[in-house]
Amino acid sequence: MSEALLSARDLRKTFGGVHAVDGVSLEIRPREMVALIGPNGAGKTTFYNMLSGRMKPTSGRVHFRGRDITGMPPHAISRLGISRSFQINNIFGELTVRQNVEVALTALHRRTFRMFRPASRDRQLLQEADAVLERLGLRELADTRAGVLSYGDKRLLEIAIVLATRPTMVLLDEPTAGMTPEETRRVTRLIRGLAETGEYTFLITEHDMDVVFDLAERIVVMHRGGLLAEGTPEEIRSNPAVREAYLGEEESA
Amino acid sequence: MSRQVSASSVSAAGVERRPPGWRVGVPLILALLVAVLAALPAFAPYFYIFVGTEILIMGLFAASFNLIFGYTGMLSFGHAAFFGMGAYTTALLLLHFEVPLLWALLASMATSALLAAVIGFFSVRLGEVYFAMLTLAFGMMVYAVALQWRSFTNGSDGITGFLLGDFGLGLDLQLADPAVYYRVVLVVVVLAAAVLYLITRSSFGLILRAISENPERVAFCGVEVRRHRLAAFVIAGTFAGLAGALFAPFNRVANPDMIHWSQSAEPVLMTILGGAGYFLGPFFGAAVFLLLETWITSFTEHWMLVLGIVLALLVMFFRRGVLGTLLDRMLRR
Amino acid sequence: MQSFIAALLNSLDIAMLLFIIAVGLNIIFGVLNIINFAHGGLYMLGAYFTYTLVTRLDLPFWPLLLLAPLAVAAIAVAMERLVLRRVYGRHVTDSLLLTFALLLIIDESVRMIWGSGIHTVRPPESLSGNISFAGVSYPSYSLFVMVAGVVLLAALWALFNRTRIGRIVRAAAIDRDMAQTVGINVPLVVTGVFAFGAWLAAVGGVVAAPARAIDPGMGDRIIIESFIVVVIGGLGSFPGALLGALVLGLIHGFGGRYLPEVNLVLPYIGMALVLLLRPQGLLGREAAA
Repeated sequence: MSEALLSARDLRKTFGGVHAVDGVSLEIRPREMVALIGPNGAGKTTFYNMLSGRMKPTSGRVHFRGRDITGMPPHAISRLGISRSFQINNIFGELTVRQNVEVALTALHRRTFRMFRPASRDRQLLQEADAVLERLGLRELADTRAGVLSYGDKRLLEIAIVLATRPTMVLLDEPTAGMTPEETRRVTRLIRGLAETGEYTFLITEHDMDVVFDLAERIVVMHRGGLLAEGTPEEIRSNPAVREAYLGEEESA
Repeated sequence: MSRQVSASSVSAAGVERRPPGWRVGVPLILALLVAVLAALPAFAPYFYIFVGTEILIMGLFAASFNLIFGYTGMLSFGHAAFFGMGAYTTALLLLHFEVPLLWALLASMATSALLAAVIGFFSVRLGEVYFAMLTLAFGMMVYAVALQWRSFTNGSDGITGFLLGDFGLGLDLQLADPAVYYRVVLVVVVLAAAVLYLITRSSFGLILRAISENPERVAFCGVEVRRHRLAAFVIAGTFAGLAGALFAPFNRVANPDMIHWSQSAEPVLMTILGGAGYFLGPFFGAAVFLLLETWITSFTEHWMLVLGIVLALLVMFFRRGVLGTLLDRMLRR
Repeated sequence: MQSFIAALLNSLDIAMLLFIIAVGLNIIFGVLNIINFAHGGLYMLGAYFTYTLVTRLDLPFWPLLLLAPLAVAAIAVAMERLVLRRVYGRHVTDSLLLTFALLLIIDESVRMIWGSGIHTVRPPESLSGNISFAGVSYPSYSLFVMVAGVVLLAALWALFNRTRIGRIVRAAAIDRDMAQTVGINVPLVVTGVFAFGAWLAAVGGVVAAPARAIDPGMGDRIIIESFIVVVIGGLGSFPGALLGALVLGLIHGFGGRYLPEVNLVLPYIGMALVLLLRPQGLLGREAAA
């Protein structure tokens, strides 16, 4: 119990009488790699939004390192060390790739109110930004305007921004969505590499089951706003309820 | 710049590439421009000195607006409130206390900053639509106060009859001479523009540009967006106040017209005309705007109609403005 | 007591007109997600059309209640189709800039066509007298304004809650993409809603014409007031527009009588208080961060 890094207790979110998330509890231990899966409309994104401060839960609590963070604004949650990516690319298209990362680093170092020194002369920022870009293989594109990157590189930049805030808890919302198989392999390798450093704890939603079973130590399945199952990849693979939820989805789709 | 083949397909246009000599060329051109402007009174007739003074002041007004609109993405329709606040502060100080101009300018910046902090506090809390609406409304509140508080503001006639004395700092300047006042304005505006420029290039400026594009993402990076918006708003208000403070002695009056929303339309148009988000855009826009105004008002009194039509056409078809379009051409050649 | 009743009647008169204007702003905001800065200008056009047709051409007042607003709605259709439509894909500030440009154009066109002076329209014969009510003599036209407001309120409520068109508009307001996929012609709805909002503004203008001074500043005055109404009530909220209009009406009705020195600033103080305590407005939805 006390060893949980992030814990959600009985989280609920109601939109005009509809329960998008209906009493979900989840605990994530430090350095764990957990995948959150479920058919479309299962409530995964709403659940993420409540963990990251984008939405206030209707009821239930979220604790991070034993501290109650329920209903805190996004910037405060980010500062505590929870960083998230978005399903739809959410980068700064008019800024260069390096500047995208620098935005997060400026926030990390509390330099956002530095008004009278050119940002481009901040050597520490520059070096740290390049180090993050190096890690993601974007170093060569540092001076490119982010808006013209390829789709896959944009997804990588999204992850670069997340890492630049130096999170302990990383929430990735479908990191490989829309990627080519080659790009997907690249991102999967990258995430595994990050996990092996032992610096991060991951919660990942993902549609690509190969990626999920490849990466996750533990899988949590959501269905119709509630938790359907939880277990190791092997347990989930052989769980009849999970299979039914997904098959039902495919039949109706 | 060599790039290894990755999963990316980047067009050459996406790389921030500036023409060779850019780093030297641009400051050189600007230094030359300032030198020509400083020498203007030596060869130009008084009429051009007046026009030049007004362009500089309005350029600063528009540049301050550009900090919140072009850089931070917040559209204010009440920016004239701070211009007016600066103008009234200077006019009242000169009238009642005959203070040196420099102190009046600094006091005007302080009062405008205070007003911007109050209006900003209420206006930056919600989204862009609210912001536009609230700045217009609060701007008109300031207008109503200037109109109704007759004992202090002299109602619709405004404050007149104040005289320029010393500049301050022991400088012996004949401020009543338009050529001298023009040079004072030039120095103040160049200094103020330099400070504004520094701010746009700073870490704070980077955060503002990021907020302009995607405030939510910035918040998820750990930045409290509202405080940065408010800070940008106060800085913009402060410099708008400085512009107003310079304008009152030039115009010899501070009146409610300076605060009315139609006055707030001017920096909007100047900024868009020149190029929003480009640092020199507003100055360029102010020059074009005032020359256009002088020309058009010589044959019609319905300048506002032209202003509205030009604004609509610019937004629809020419959103990057004159300077923006020119720079795009140069950089992407 | 009489002074109190007079102030109350005055408040309701102001509130009903404000409601008509503000509800139009809200309906447009609901579907287009923008505030129409030219809304006050459209209200003013309604009043000026009335002036030209009644005072100049000697037409009877009643048919104008329909005709003048239809003319204004036609102008709004042109505004939406030719101007606003071009920037829907862009940042919301571009749409705001365009409605602001339209405000400048309408304001100055009015000055150009009708001059800067004040014009008046006589109320129709049947409403030109006074009515005594609880010892207070009150112009019957003002009572007509209140009745017109209540009728419009009921009609709007029925339109949005009881008819197919109302449901379509509400669907488009909630989620445009979804509405499009279920076969609603969203561009048509957008034009229709914009024109309907303009129609409402012009109805307000016609109703206001015999009761208020007609001058080129009337659009500015009403639009600022309507902003205060929607901020107090909650942007996009139908009942909010009513509540906001009543609050502001009371501020004007009683403030003007009992605190005349500061009456111009009172509405802003009311608005600031609401923003402080409940930023999304009294009946507004939960504010986004």
